[in-house]
Parts: sequence; structure tokens; C-alpha cells
Amino acid sequence: MQRKEMVALVLAAALLLSAMPQAGVAQRVSEFWDPDEFARQMALLEMEPVGPPDKPWLQALDPTWVDTSQYKKDPPWTICFSNAGLFNPWRVVGFTTMQAAVEANPLIKEFIVLDAEGRDEKQIADIADLVASGRCDLLIVSPMTTAALTPAVERAAQQLPVIVFDRGVNTRAPITFISPIGGYAFGAQGARFIAEQLPNGGKVLALRISPGVDVLETRWSAAERIFAETNLEIIGVEFTNDDRAVAKSIVTDYLLRYGQIDAVWMDAGATTVAVLEAFEDLGYEIPVFTGEDQQDVLVKWYEEGLTGIAPTYPTFQWRTAVEAAVMVLSGQPIPGPEWKLPQPTITNETLAQYLQYNMPPQHYALCGCEDLPGYPQRWGGR
Amino acid sequence: MVRRVPPIFVVLLAICVWISLLNPRFATVPGFMSFLMRAAPAAILAAGQLFVIVAGGFDLSVGSLITLVVLGSSMLIDGDPANTAWVIAVMFLIGIAVGVFNGAVTSWLKVPSFITTLGMLVTLKGFALLWTGGAPRGFLPNNFRVFGRNRLTGVPLLDEVPYAVIILLVVAVVATYLLHRTGWGKQLIALGDNPRAARLSGVPTAKVRILAFVASATSAVIAGILLGGFSGVSTNVGDGQELGAISAAVLGGAKLLGGRGTMPGAIAGALTLQALFTLLNLLGWPKPLRDGLQGVIIIGAVAYTAWRERRS
Repeated sequence: MQRKEMVALVLAAALLLSAMPQAGVAQRVSEFWDPDEFARQMALLEMEPVGPPDKPWLQALDPTWVDTSQYKKDPPWTICFSNAGLFNPWRVVGFTTMQAAVEANPLIKEFIVLDAEGRDEKQIADIADLVASGRCDLLIVSPMTTAALTPAVERAAQQLPVIVFDRGVNTRAPITFISPIGGYAFGAQGARFIAEQLPNGGKVLALRISPGVDVLETRWSAAERIFAETNLEIIGVEFTNDDRAVAKSIVTDYLLRYGQIDAVWMDAGATTVAVLEAFEDLGYEIPVFTGEDQQDVLVKWYEEGLTGIAPTYPTFQWRTAVEAAVMVLSGQPIPGPEWKLPQPTITNETLAQYLQYNMPPQHYALCGCEDLPGYPQRWGGR
Repeated sequence: MVRRVPPIFVVLLAICVWISLLNPRFATVPGFMSFLMRAAPAAILAAGQLFVIVAGGFDLSVGSLITLVVLGSSMLIDGDPANTAWVIAVMFLIGIAVGVFNGAVTSWLKVPSFITTLGMLVTLKGFALLWTGGAPRGFLPNNFRVFGRNRLTGVPLLDEVPYAVIILLVVAVVATYLLHRTGWGKQLIALGDNPRAARLSGVPTAKVRILAFVASATSAVIAGILLGGFSGVSTNVGDGQELGAISAAVLGGAKLLGGRGTMPGAIAGALTLQALFTLLNLLGWPKPLRDGLQGVIIIGAVAYTAWRERRS
């Protein structure tokens, strides 16, 4: 009796499941699509930066200059920093570089840092506290979310020189906003490479970290548009939450379902190696992939002779923020109100020069930190 | 004791047949081995959880313990394969300590296990994140990852067998023996069935319960080593695993408030859940929907068990 009931139940469930419509990939118009900015970034990619070639963190693309003589102050200085958080290795490497850059400069006597732990409301309070303390000669902000932090940065800029980097704010109140070329360029480079490498009808799986973050949304919206102009089949767009276990499971699921994936486009490189392992472990050849400048990605790519590309979002911008602060307090003109840093792309041809076997797997090759005190141990190297 | 084939095995077989129709690769030896390999951590965790469930408790801390094992191992090994052996030993000691703590607080301080282990879940996860500074920085060397990732080659008839599947087999045999063939196993079931009667008849309830939590925590350490091996360092690796283990045990016919449950059933329950997710993936269901289904399955399975009991 009981077993019969169970079988009936299973059959009923089977009917239900089969009737479910195939869930497709959600197609919606992205609110993060700005065609003019896309065109501008693509133009910047082709441009030669000004500044010392051996110090890319001091270079700028197509800069305009702002006069900072009004902020000139006698050293030593106290520099304050409101950090969105240290929630991923990219930020850990960048912050380590930043601390080392501060130490390397004897004119900075104090570096006060408040960590917002990934929370907008804490960062708003942090900025207010730093301004109210009266100890800061200059404030550096790496904002959590653009819209939420804009008023706080605006208020701070009325009392102090402010420099913003990484994610932006919707105001021109800071002296400058430091960032690499941008997410459109990042996303487009990977997508173009895949489009070149794959035959018509090739199957592409897109993996994203999480929705709603502007620096990541721009990467995907650019890629999405480029893929739309090709005959490639986008078999899925999934979120990995930047987690290797999730990423590997997703790719394994897609491989079991489709039997073949010709390329994986990723909006960041933290889970790239786990994704490639999913192919290996199921006995598939590793497809064309996009990564980033993490050492684990570069080493696997190089040693196994894979076909890939790694757009970068260089961690050296954390150093630029410190250098910019010093320039402002010295009264030197700096690139602004936007300081666009170069955004090198690692290809099969240039890969070898970025390998650093002495550095840990999640170290970013473009840290711009090799000449700073404590390298390489401070960054976990040997 | 298993007197007849429990319904869960029929369901498992049905789902496996269905998957094979959609994806013939599944019905081959390597295809099925891959499936077992992915299911092994969840099945081991279900086996451990069952000891606590039959004794009338819950162990919600296993997911966080898994995260701690993965993150802690990567921090302690620090990239040097020579550290792997002692780090694994340390992880088992941590697991035993967590189990003893859960059992002792539940037994002697009379805190319901639901609360004790929920507190432990939050504590362990917090500790793991504090230890690593919130971002996974280390990595796990190959001699650690081999258990969750690699296969034993040259096996007669089967050719290749994942180490995870061998570990699952060993755990299944040992756990079945412990629950169904030892005095401790019988005492656990008696304790879950009627704690007062068990105590009055001389069952050392505190000791019996503490050992159940130790078994569950040990299974979490094994699952953590396999999961860390499968995908490497990850801060979310243990999230939701406790729910999966409890669902599996209940699907396998265990009574949620204790007193009944079979080890083969719980392991089959875990395999069924994994098979169901594989099937839904092949049918094209998006992942969030698959996750959501798990809650529905627990409620459904408990309701079914209760309904069956009322009828008999």
C-alpha cells in the first residue's frame, strides 16, 4: 500500500515538473547602460597614457588638470581614509598597498582609517566622524554604494579636500575621482575576445558576482551588447556570489545539461580557477575563458597553455589615491575632476610577464607594489 | 532494523531512471560515480545528523563547522603541503570539541539543542570570518584537495572510483553498524522515543547524547574536507548544509522528534535530494527555485510521515 502511494506521488510530481515551462535567461533592459560612456571608454582603451611608463599608478588617460594650490599645507600631514570594507582579496591587496605607500612617505605622520564593513550607513557615520574629529588634513573615500554615499561625500567636501576612488559618487564636489577606464571596457574586452575565438553558434556561459553593483553591472551590460551582435548562444547568466563552490557547481550543472560549453565569460577572476576545474573534473577540455590578474588564474593559464584573456581593474589605484593626496597637500596640480588610470589587458602574448610564482594565489599582478616597503612578505609572498 | 525496502529507495530509483532518460551519461559508471561524488558530503552529513535526530535533537551547527574546517585548514596549511596531515588532525579535534560542547550544554544546562546549535552556528561562522579577515586569502594544496576531487584509478570493473565515494562507503558502513548494531545505537533510539523512560531504565542520557553530537560534528569535519577538496577555499561553502542534512534524514524516514530513523534511509534521503536537484537542473529549473523547493520537501516529508503514523 505505502509503496504504491509513494509511486503515485512520484508520478504526480513528474507530471507537474514536466509541465513547468523551461525557465529562460531573464532578458531585461539594464539600467546601467550608457552608450556615450561606453563609446568614451572604448576610445580611452586605444589612448596612450601620460605619465611615467614604469609607474602606471601615476599615469592618466586624456587628463584635464585641477589647480590645488589652495589646499597646500606644511607637512607632516594626517590623511584620513573611509574604506567601504575589506570583503574580498582585491580590497585586501589594495589596502595593503595603500598602507605601504603611506609608510613609504615620511611627510605623512598619521593615517587614520575607518572600515565601514560593507555597510552604507556605517560609512556615512564614519565620514561624519572623520570630518568632525578635526584631525584630517585630507579625506580619501572608497565608497560602498554610489547613491547612498553621495550626500555624505558632498558634505565632507565642504570642509576638507576629498579624493574618491574605485566606485564613484554622483557629485563633482571631490577634487578628483580616481578610477581605471571602467567596467564597460572591462566587460567588452572579454566579450570581444570570445566573439573572435568562437565559431558561429558557439555556446557561452556568463558568470557574474552579484547584481546591482555599478562597477560590475557595467561589465555585463557591455558584454551583453557585444554578444547580442554575434551569433553566439548565451546558454546562461548566473550569479556566483564570488564563491568558488557556487561557481563550480553552476558550471558542473551546465555541463551536465548542455554537454558542451565553448566559452565562459566572467565579470571577475576570483572564481575562474574553480570554473576551469569543473571542466577538468568532468573530463572536458578547458574552453576559452575570461579571467583577471589573480596569480592562480595566470599560473593555471600559463602552465596548461589555455586560451584566455584577463581584463584588469588594477589594484594600483589604491596607491594612486595616496599619491594624489600628497600632490594635493603639496599644492601640485593633479588630473581631475576625473583621473582615468590605464587598464592593461593580459593576453596569451603578454601573460608571461605577469607571472609571480612567489606570490599567493589571490594576489593581483597589477598591484603596483613591488617597490614598496615590506614587499613581498607584506602581501603574503615569499 | 530494516525489515522492508523503505519508500525512499523507490523514489530514489525512480528519479535516477528519469535522469538517465534525459541524460544517458548518468547511467554509465563514470556518470554515476560523478553523481555519488557530488552527493558524498551531503550523505555523510546526513548520516551524522541522524544520530542527533533519532535521539530527539537537532544539530544546526554543522554548516558553520564545515566553513570553519575549510577556512581554518587553508589558514593553517598556509600553502605548505607538509602541514596537511596535522591540520586535518587538528580539524577533527576541533570537531570533537564542538560536538562535546553542543552535547554537554544540551544535556546539563538543559538548553534545547535547537538553540545550542543555532548559537554554535553563529559563533563558528563568526570565528571563521574573523580568522580570515572576511576574505578567503589562503589556498588548499593538492594533497588536501585529493579527497574531495580526485579518483582512485585502476579499480577492477569500475576503472575509476572517486575517493569521496570510498569515504562515503566507509562512513555508511560504520554509521549503520553504530546505530543499528551497538548498545549505544539502541540507547539513542530509546532516548529519542521517550527520554523519561530511557533515563529510568538506566540509559546514561548525557553520555549517549554527547556522543551523538560528537558523531554529527565529526561527519561535518569529513564533509568539510571533501567540500574544500571539491571546490577550494570558499566562505559560503557550509551555508545551508544543515538544512540539507535534516531534510535528508527526514526524507529517509526519520521522525523529527526522535525515536525512529534508519541509517540507510538517511543516506538514501541525501542521495535522493542530490538526484532531485540534478533532475531539476536538467529540466531547466533555475537554482533559486531549486533551493526553494528544499523547504517544501521538508514540510512535505514531515507531513507524510505524520500522516502515515496516524493511519497505522
